Amino acid sequence: MLYREAGQFKATYAEDSQIFPIRQDRIGFWVLMLVFGVAVPLLTNEYWLKAILIPVLIFSLAAIGLNILTGYAGQLSLGSAAFMAVGAFAAYNFILRIEGMPFLVALVLAGVTAALVGILFGLPSLRIKGFYLAVATLAAQFFIVWALVKFPWFSNNSSSGVVTAQDVTILGYTFSTPEAKYVLTFLIVAFMALLAKNMVRSSTGRAWMAVRDMDVAAQVIGFRLMRTKLLAFAVSSFYCGVAGALYAYTYIGTVEPEGFNLDLSFKILFMIIIGGVGSIMGSFLGAAFIVLLPIFLDNFVPMIFGDALGAGFVSNFQLIVFGGLIIFFLIVEPHGLARLWQIAKEKLRLWPFPH
Amino acid sequence: MARQIGDVIVDLQNISLRFGGVKALTDISFNVREHEIRSIIGPNGAGKSSMLNVINGVYHPQEGQIFFKGALRKKMEPHEAAEQGIARTFQNIALFKGMTVLDNIMTGRNLKMKCNFLQHALYWGAAQKEEIAHRIKVEEVIEFLEIQDIRKTPVGRLPYGLQKRVELARALAAEPHILLLDEPMAGMNVEEKQDMCRFILDVNDHYGTTIVLIEHDMGVVMDISDRVVVLDYGKKIGDGEPDEVKNNPDVIKAYLGTTH
Repeated sequence: MLYREAGQFKATYAEDSQIFPIRQDRIGFWVLMLVFGVAVPLLTNEYWLKAILIPVLIFSLAAIGLNILTGYAGQLSLGSAAFMAVGAFAAYNFILRIEGMPFLVALVLAGVTAALVGILFGLPSLRIKGFYLAVATLAAQFFIVWALVKFPWFSNNSSSGVVTAQDVTILGYTFSTPEAKYVLTFLIVAFMALLAKNMVRSSTGRAWMAVRDMDVAAQVIGFRLMRTKLLAFAVSSFYCGVAGALYAYTYIGTVEPEGFNLDLSFKILFMIIIGGVGSIMGSFLGAAFIVLLPIFLDNFVPMIFGDALGAGFVSNFQLIVFGGLIIFFLIVEPHGLARLWQIAKEKLRLWPFPH
Repeated sequence: MARQIGDVIVDLQNISLRFGGVKALTDISFNVREHEIRSIIGPNGAGKSSMLNVINGVYHPQEGQIFFKGALRKKMEPHEAAEQGIARTFQNIALFKGMTVLDNIMTGRNLKMKCNFLQHALYWGAAQKEEIAHRIKVEEVIEFLEIQDIRKTPVGRLPYGLQKRVELARALAAEPHILLLDEPMAGMNVEEKQDMCRFILDVNDHYGTTIVLIEHDMGVVMDISDRVVVLDYGKKIGDGEPDEVKNNPDVIKAYLGTTH
């Protein structure tokens, strides 16, 4: 009964095209922002920040990147992890090789580097679609990881390409505690999510969706297929690249190229399938779901069954649950958790008098 | 009606189009004058849709010349045709299924939007102003075609007749000089057809848009067209005002038929 929009009239088109046109949603959004931006770093412990919240945020960003490419522009990609690797190693090299490089600038440059690589590997999308394109992006996945191991310059001649991220320092302040790293990650991810949302609700996003839904009609209306697809690849890779840099600098600290393998690409793909293809919020839900599920199962399964099943079973059980969930979502709700949330809200608007 | 039929705006001369060995169009010449409603009729497979595809650059004819607004047109891509003011609807609805009616119609205005993706990302100042300015134009089209109540509905959920209307709205949002309509009334019931006819005539009258129409309902064609061209097996067999075409023996034999 609280979730009613009666009495909220939109008098201008600006009001009508807000991200959250309903007042309750706006309030809810700011409450969430305060909880995760202020309350969480003050109240939670180091384990939660380091093992759960920071990775959720970073994977959300990567999932937004993939969602822009696959969910909005309709170009299937299996190379997200490789673009993350480009971002991570680019940030490392920019900070290493350029004296006094500010961290945020390095982050943007890392994104731009990933975007350029993304454009390069996006070129095949002009001629091929669907599964065949996925295979072409698979080439990106293997080639980039191979190149990072093969040429020691990228990792400053360290053995097997392992690099240790430098300290994160902005304006003289070093982000060393988990709380500080969390807040930094939170601010960057929130800002970039806003930018992504703005892109997809304006002409850029409409171009992507038009190309996704029917490319011939999009062309007849005046969209340039090449420009639109390559822009999607560039923006998507930019997001993945920044996510990769954050992965190295605020999450793991020490990364190697092999860490950005195909498994990680698939993980990000599962995030958008479960969270919601073509939804910014879905990227967050999917990332949270995929990070939390194994932790939940690790604690939950032994709690019910005790030690009778053994540790080996628990880790395999995770895979079974993952597989099952992905099949479930693909069949029952291809638009994922974001769509379920939307349906719940529609129901809530009418509750408790649905007739 | 107050509208004045103007000069020739599209002039097609000796157009031939082949797909490998299949001759889709053979040596077809006809023209379209400004502000008129020009219909293309003919049996299935006569090459009507191919003709439209030639006009808006989806197909490139092997032979023949196209003059657009008096100038010889080079080989052009569909988006260039769109830039020159040619909009169209498709025989099988070609809406963007995952988007709302409003977003679909907004895509029609993409060529008039100048902000780049970075401005969109910030959605501040110029980008927001532009979005709202175009929203106002789109709302005019929405009002014109009487689809206010469905503007936030995803098009995939709409019934067929309304989808056709949304597609017309998307084409109109581009403020085209020429509107190519490929069977806008196919599969509609009588009332929907009447509505669609009214909209087509209103568009023609109100915006002065030149209309090239493919349609199988002869009642409609003969009623609303200024001139009709008849194709059969990729060849032109008749051209002229509706009455003239109606009594052309070749046309009767190939397409219209007689009452026995």
